[in-house]
Amino acid sequence: MQQTSTQSAQAGDTADDPLLLGGERLESRLFLGTGKLGREELIPDLLRASGARVITVALRRVDLSRKADDILAHIPADARLLPNTSGARNAAEAVRLARLAAACGAGNWIKIEVINDPRNLLPDGYETARATEILASEGFVVLPYINPDLYVARDLVNAGAAAVMPLGAPIGSNRGLQTKEMIRILIEETALPIIVDAGIGAPSQACEAMELGAAACLVNTAVATAADPVGMAAAFGRAVAAGRAARLAGLGRVLEQGSAASSPDEGLSAGFPEA
Amino acid sequence: MCRENRYIPLADGFAPKLAGCARLFAESVFAAGPGDVRRALGKDTLNEKDFAALLSPAAGAELEALARRARDETMRRFGRARQLFAPIYLGNYCTNKCVYCGFHAGTGIRRKALTPDEIEAEAEALYAVGLRRVLALTGDAPKRTGADYIAAAVEILARRFSSVGIEVQALTFEEYAGIARAGADSMTMFQETYDAEIYARLHPSGPKRVFANRLDAPQRAAAAGMRAVNLGALLGLGDWRSDIFMTGMHALFLQRRFPGLEIGFSLPRIRPAKSDSSFSPTPVPDRCFVQALTALRCFMPYAGITLSTRESAVMRDKLLPLGVTRVSAGVCTGVGGYARPAQDGSVQWDIDDRRSVAEMAADLEKLGYSPVFSDWLLPGGGDLPLAGALRDAVGATETGA
Repeated sequence: MQQTSTQSAQAGDTADDPLLLGGERLESRLFLGTGKLGREELIPDLLRASGARVITVALRRVDLSRKADDILAHIPADARLLPNTSGARNAAEAVRLARLAAACGAGNWIKIEVINDPRNLLPDGYETARATEILASEGFVVLPYINPDLYVARDLVNAGAAAVMPLGAPIGSNRGLQTKEMIRILIEETALPIIVDAGIGAPSQACEAMELGAAACLVNTAVATAADPVGMAAAFGRAVAAGRAARLAGLGRVLEQGSAASSPDEGLSAGFPEA
Repeated sequence: MCRENRYIPLADGFAPKLAGCARLFAESVFAAGPGDVRRALGKDTLNEKDFAALLSPAAGAELEALARRARDETMRRFGRARQLFAPIYLGNYCTNKCVYCGFHAGTGIRRKALTPDEIEAEAEALYAVGLRRVLALTGDAPKRTGADYIAAAVEILARRFSSVGIEVQALTFEEYAGIARAGADSMTMFQETYDAEIYARLHPSGPKRVFANRLDAPQRAAAAGMRAVNLGALLGLGDWRSDIFMTGMHALFLQRRFPGLEIGFSLPRIRPAKSDSSFSPTPVPDRCFVQALTALRCFMPYAGITLSTRESAVMRDKLLPLGVTRVSAGVCTGVGGYARPAQDGSVQWDIDDRRSVAEMAADLEKLGYSPVFSDWLLPGGGDLPLAGALRDAVGATETGA
């Protein structure tokens, strides 16, 4: 844990800007996935190198009977396990999976994924909101994965979600913030942390999401399929921290056209009498 | 309800589309030149004509480019995770006379169907080596191993395994529904060949003779609640290009009708078996086999692809990056062979890759892949093994262990 905080601090001084989520202080705003890793033994190294603390695991891949061989055996004790409901096709299945996760000691955080479209892997907003409502009322810290749809996001706020996780682009596509304008609206309109999940293929894209005002980013494919996953995780850790720091420092307005002088003095306020 | 699956009768199934698909194939595959192949490989999403171009002789000369695209698609979609499973042969009684099969009604092998206790013993043996996904197989013998027998067997297997599939005779909608309720999450159906004339010659008698009934089985299963369907043609019976193209078209048809369905492919190449000596298969050379696999991968990047132990260990390892996502290991193709290794050699076909589960898992790791044992499709049935383990874990905590 100590090492984690130190690394984040080095990466961009986010240690005094924690993300408060589900009653916890998260020093790093990078969340990692595990679904495509070649070696689950890498998980501690990925967390250490990136500074990330939240790691999501598909409950469908968990098999407690395998004990030392199971994926959960590779999650360090100081990490925040975020089980996900991958495989659920409707609200009832997601709820069932979440309850199982809690029953098997995986904690009360749950990332809701309800997908009934294996071709495109797009989430079902309606079923996701229903599952969120049920699980939030049972005391879960619910992080639902959605298309960046304002109405679904509002439903999720009302349903008691802890954050909203819109996709930047289809899962695994590495296309970055294709839904940028919609995510911008969610960030402006939603009172919950917006965590960009899916589609982020490069550290620069994660940085962009953070500059836009995202509270955090979740990355899986880009790290797991890199030639050097640990090196890539470290790069994402720095990019997320840099994007966050830039957001806090206040970015300049992007002009649609023309240019702006660095030291403008056009006399626009001259000639008005002092009050 | 607008979200319910609908049962679609045969007349509205894939059979009426066969002729149109065959026409499209005939027009596209031999007309495709290197330019068509490069264009197809340059597109984000491939259409039917692109798929035909990738199966063309012209694409055979561009195998490296095809393999690169297939590798990239596989990595993007599946990363480095590969599933492990094993088949479990419940019975070898069969009323069909498929001329290429070691279990067909005319062969003099010893026949057997496992009792519930024997199924339990097989399950225990497979579970002990770490497997959590199984595929239950039978011959086509409605009186000995009919739908009720299969459902009862699935119920036993689902108590232990996180995923249970079936590869059995073509069943009715109601029979599939019963087996899905018993805990099966997937069905595998090999059409063998999509060429109805060759099909008729190779299947001279038995219920399997009815081509269209088999062709329609995957959609009956999907409508009845199976979450995943695996299709395949037994390569070496008909023209491989045509059979792979039709397999892809069949999958696309099912995908459009059931958007929630997980589509998978198997690519079995025919292997020696104690079959009818009058039958001689048309072998599919390795390069053509690789072309078939990579073309399917490019056409349907999201589909799981299974490669069985019919293929050699070297071939299987080489195809892992190019699209294979599921491999069997420690396989016995005889009935009851896991608990009591076969004494009389009554197997459906000979295995080439004889690696045990532990050896396969170790080899996957050496190649940079993560062997995945547990990967449920069915939260309803799939939580049973987890619940069992939970009870154990809670029990252990309570006793201070």
